[in-house]
Amino acid sequence: MISFDMTEEQKMIVEAVSKFALEEMREVARECDEAGEIPKELIDTAWEFELVASHIPEEYDGFGEHSALTGLLTAEELAYGDLSIAMHALAPGLVAFPILEAGTEEQKAKYLPLFCDVAFKPATAALIEPRYDFDPNELTTTAALDGDEFALNGEKCYVPLAANADLLLVWAAENGATQGFIVPRGVPGLEIGGREKNMGIKALATYELRLNDCRVPKANKLGGEAGCDFSRILNHSRVALAALAVGVARGAYEYAREYAKERHAFGEPIASRQAIAFMLAEMAIEVDAARLMAWEAAWKLDRGQEATKECYLAKTYADDMALTVTDRAVQVLGGHGYIRDHPVEMWLRNGRGFATFDGMAMV
Amino acid sequence: MIDFEAPNVIKRNVEMLKMTAENMMRPVARQYDENEHEKPWDYINMVWEFQKMSGGFGGYRKPKKDKPKDEKKEKRPPIGYMMLVHVIEMMSWGDAGIYLCTPDPGLAGTAVQAVGTPEQKERFLTRFTEGEPKWGAMAITEADAGSDTAAIKCRATLDPETNEWVLNGEKIFVTSGLMAAQESDGILVVWATVDPSAGRAGIKSFVVERGTPGMTVTKVEDKLGIRASDTATIVFEDCRIPYENILGSPEVHDPTKTKGFKGVMQTFDASRPAVAASAIGVGRAALEFVKAELEKNGVEIPYGRPRHKLTAVQHDVLAMEAQLKAAWLLTLRAVWMADIKMHNPAQASMCKAKAGEAVTWITQKAVELMGPLGYSRKLLLEKWMRDAKINDIFEGTGQINKLIVARRILDFRSAQLR
Repeated sequence: MISFDMTEEQKMIVEAVSKFALEEMREVARECDEAGEIPKELIDTAWEFELVASHIPEEYDGFGEHSALTGLLTAEELAYGDLSIAMHALAPGLVAFPILEAGTEEQKAKYLPLFCDVAFKPATAALIEPRYDFDPNELTTTAALDGDEFALNGEKCYVPLAANADLLLVWAAENGATQGFIVPRGVPGLEIGGREKNMGIKALATYELRLNDCRVPKANKLGGEAGCDFSRILNHSRVALAALAVGVARGAYEYAREYAKERHAFGEPIASRQAIAFMLAEMAIEVDAARLMAWEAAWKLDRGQEATKECYLAKTYADDMALTVTDRAVQVLGGHGYIRDHPVEMWLRNGRGFATFDGMAMV
Repeated sequence: MIDFEAPNVIKRNVEMLKMTAENMMRPVARQYDENEHEKPWDYINMVWEFQKMSGGFGGYRKPKKDKPKDEKKEKRPPIGYMMLVHVIEMMSWGDAGIYLCTPDPGLAGTAVQAVGTPEQKERFLTRFTEGEPKWGAMAITEADAGSDTAAIKCRATLDPETNEWVLNGEKIFVTSGLMAAQESDGILVVWATVDPSAGRAGIKSFVVERGTPGMTVTKVEDKLGIRASDTATIVFEDCRIPYENILGSPEVHDPTKTKGFKGVMQTFDASRPAVAASAIGVGRAALEFVKAELEKNGVEIPYGRPRHKLTAVQHDVLAMEAQLKAAWLLTLRAVWMADIKMHNPAQASMCKAKAGEAVTWITQKAVELMGPLGYSRKLLLEKWMRDAKINDIFEGTGQINKLIVARRILDFRSAQLR
């Protein structure tokens, strides 16, 4: 039955997160962007929604079943509030979900309960490398088996929360294929670099890091000897980022729409002029279209179907959509869109990032 | 719950229609494109047998008196429009022009179903369940009134002595107008004003049956595409129809009695996604052709490569796929709402605006990418580009549909956004 109705449970959680987004996240988003940091209490409150634990089965101390689709719904609301805060709050999923999807029994039993705790578990993953033609399937970071250990070498960037993470999942090429390696904090050879300065997501602490003959036990390879199906994990990341993009864009579109109804020029609201009205109509259409593409992709993932095409198309569509919609939002606000008194310039800076963000969120 | 699995009954229908498309439409597609004023009778006669039984696109069934209500049927989820768009998409994938030749009550039927009395439904629609192939058509547009439907001048005057409406005016661009008004025992639903001074409030719909004196088909257009479909000019000159042929109430100034006009307008919320679906079928045909041709020549379309590792052609094809999918999902969303009777004018216009634009771009891109193959009349690709274009024009241009979307999202009346 083709249907677009959320379940009652989904509606409840979406409503709750949406309220948090509007009442708490939006209140501090600008401050956080200017200051480059997020108050701990806000992250703790977000953690209370149990957005990771609700996807982890009971046997690992969670209370739910993994659903990428449900994850999308809440990710969109978080990003609707603020992208930096959303990505910070969701960062632990970058370790939890790959382990859930592809970890060995031992790895699941050892690590998953850590994400079901009352306190926020700082964890993150390192995927992106500092090259313009970065390809998650052709990493330059390498992992070489040496006896009972893997030796990791390479450079990563855009690693959220690296300086405070207890656990990092480092993606590296082993025999040409991308595999994951669990690297606990403090392991020799893991050199966390300086805090990065980015165009957007300024409240999100991201770092460069270098792996300099960083050694981890064999058992820390995600999925054990067999490794993992990276394409599936990348798909989970693609839909997550698509959902975040939809959230950011939706916020920008709504803000521009409301502004256009209030702002008067030539004797009437600018929304009464087709040039502006058509922009807004197109923004509305594109936000909805991108959302539906992400939903379809996540739905397939949840059913265990091959979904690389859908996930890839959803992500790339959302990347373009996020830029177009946030750009249009600035345009609708004109000069006022250019100043930091309004959030749209921040949303444009954030929105442009999606074409770069790879593996920085997961559902 | 959110779900993208089409029900089995839809899948089965679509499979069957694919065979119809491949066997009955594609082989003659070029022939009916080159010979614009010929009709595909083999297709028409074959599909009519099915239409009579199935109730056509509008699902009209002769009401069965004394038949007990089928409880199970009542409880099944309504999938009328969902089925319709899947059917139309596949038929248009076959051939959009030939699909439009399908003998069906069409928009005339949907108008009668939406606001007709039981007596009117029986009088006008029963014919579509029996006998020879028949067509219904909706006549709205005039030479000076297309997007601005409120400006139509076709007049309906009541003759109190004979209790007949007298229609005078000229309609253009009537899809299946020739077949409905002249070549079959069909019906037209004609928009006319009973009171020009009342603007929109004066516009009513009237049913005119074939053979009514005073109704004449004066022209059949030569078109860019969908050439198999007849697009007619129909003149009404003192055309007299029974009083009972008006759909809804003739009241002009009583706002509680505008159900007729509103009812017909609401049918657009269902017909717009249908047009989107037709566009998407053509777009899919073009896209599949391009991919197949590329594959034959060793060019694969990878899903997962970063932008820098894609050739320009691969990037274009991926964009075409994404645009088509976006349009299709918006269409599914709109008809899901229609089937569960959720008010959906914004969503109906969204999918129509998106599909019209996207498929225009996709089919034009396909011709571009295929170079000499795309431009040649030896293949159907150039025809699909010509066929696709109409979808951003009829049933409300892309601009009008965007205007509707804009008004809805802004909560503006038409006076606030023109």
